[in-house]
Amino acid sequence: MNRTIAFTLGAVMAVAATWAAAQEAPDALIKRVASDVVATLKSDKDIQAGNKKKLYDLVETKIATNFDFLRMTSLAMGRNWSKATPEQQKALAAEFKTLLIRTYSGALANYQNHVMEFKPLKMQPSDTDVTVRTTVTAQGGQPIPIDYNLEKTPEGWRAYDVTVGGVSLVTNYREEFNNAIRESGVDGLIKTLQAKNKS
Amino acid sequence: MKLKPAILASVLVAALCAGGAVRAQVSDPIEPVNRAIFQFNDALDRTLLRPVAQGYVNVVPRIVRNGVSNFFGNISDAFSAINNALQGKREPLGNDLGRVLVNSTFGIGGLFDIASEGGIEKTNEDFGQTFGYWGMGPGPYLVLPILGPSDVRDAVGLGIQTYLDPINQVTPWENQWELIVLRAIDTRAALLGTEDLLSGAALDKYTFVRSAYLQRRRNLVYDGKPPKDED
Repeated sequence: MNRTIAFTLGAVMAVAATWAAAQEAPDALIKRVASDVVATLKSDKDIQAGNKKKLYDLVETKIATNFDFLRMTSLAMGRNWSKATPEQQKALAAEFKTLLIRTYSGALANYQNHVMEFKPLKMQPSDTDVTVRTTVTAQGGQPIPIDYNLEKTPEGWRAYDVTVGGVSLVTNYREEFNNAIRESGVDGLIKTLQAKNKS
Repeated sequence: MKLKPAILASVLVAALCAGGAVRAQVSDPIEPVNRAIFQFNDALDRTLLRPVAQGYVNVVPRIVRNGVSNFFGNISDAFSAINNALQGKREPLGNDLGRVLVNSTFGIGGLFDIASEGGIEKTNEDFGQTFGYWGMGPGPYLVLPILGPSDVRDAVGLGIQTYLDPINQVTPWENQWELIVLRAIDTRAALLGTEDLLSGAALDKYTFVRSAYLQRRRNLVYDGKPPKDED
């Protein structure tokens, strides 16, 4: 009997947690993830000592889970996306994800008490696509605007582009992907990304 | 013979005007030359600029380095004021004038950035942005020797700023060169730590930098609110 209650309660809580995540406002989501990651960076001695694997895992489990890599990859691929088979698309998204996590981990390794501020989010309840605007200021530095584009999904808000100082990640990779595909096709791009991620 | 400059000028003007309309297409007609200069700059950076900047950071205390940055920042604030005036942007103009005034006097010739501490933000306008504000497109992409990524519009802007640079008035010329070198080191030192990030992220550094540069400049021309481009 108790077991059934516990089980039911557990199930209800799991559903409630998913529901809460789905209801979480996009700016609240970014705020939560950022403060969570910063707390870990400040407390984790291994990461501070330069443990790259641990930093990578942190980015993969805390940050990457809030990104829609398939969508990101399709946007960066542009017209070439439809030329790729579903298997190729999956492989591309996986490699692109690894590349971005590696890059992002590298950036976080230089983290030192940056201050993150949020601009007020103007958003209607019916919106399914929003831009959360933030600025990040390093000590003694100029504030750098960082914008996150998020889309509403059944699992909650998922980011599909980040724009730093006006430079969109997706747009920046579009030309790179385009060139690689023009030179050696979709498989060529997958190989290039794989080689890059192994280096 | 006389026709040549005229043709060149009209091509340039046509390119600049077209620049705004066909933004989705990156204009890089002299890509092979640009790539060669990019390689040269990269090699120069690895062998000379980066090690010198790193040495500077290692040896010179932070307070002195900040003073150096602030001093050159004060000069660029003055140029920013000129460009805000040329774009008729009153509030940022007031910011820049306030900054130069406060930092030049209470900040002892710009060595201390008191204005920033007082909450008067930098606005960082330049001649390239002023041209852009008045409707001029970026024109073809350029990689300048030593100076790095640019485009025709920004290169012209940079030329004007260099011509008007108050450091040109410094005598004797040895001191002038010292200041020019110091400014170069200060600029490079601010970018330390970004190289690995770039090599890590880019499949082809050249296209990656080009795309980022053009996006960044476009963003600055529109003061952070560029119209969405349809592609």
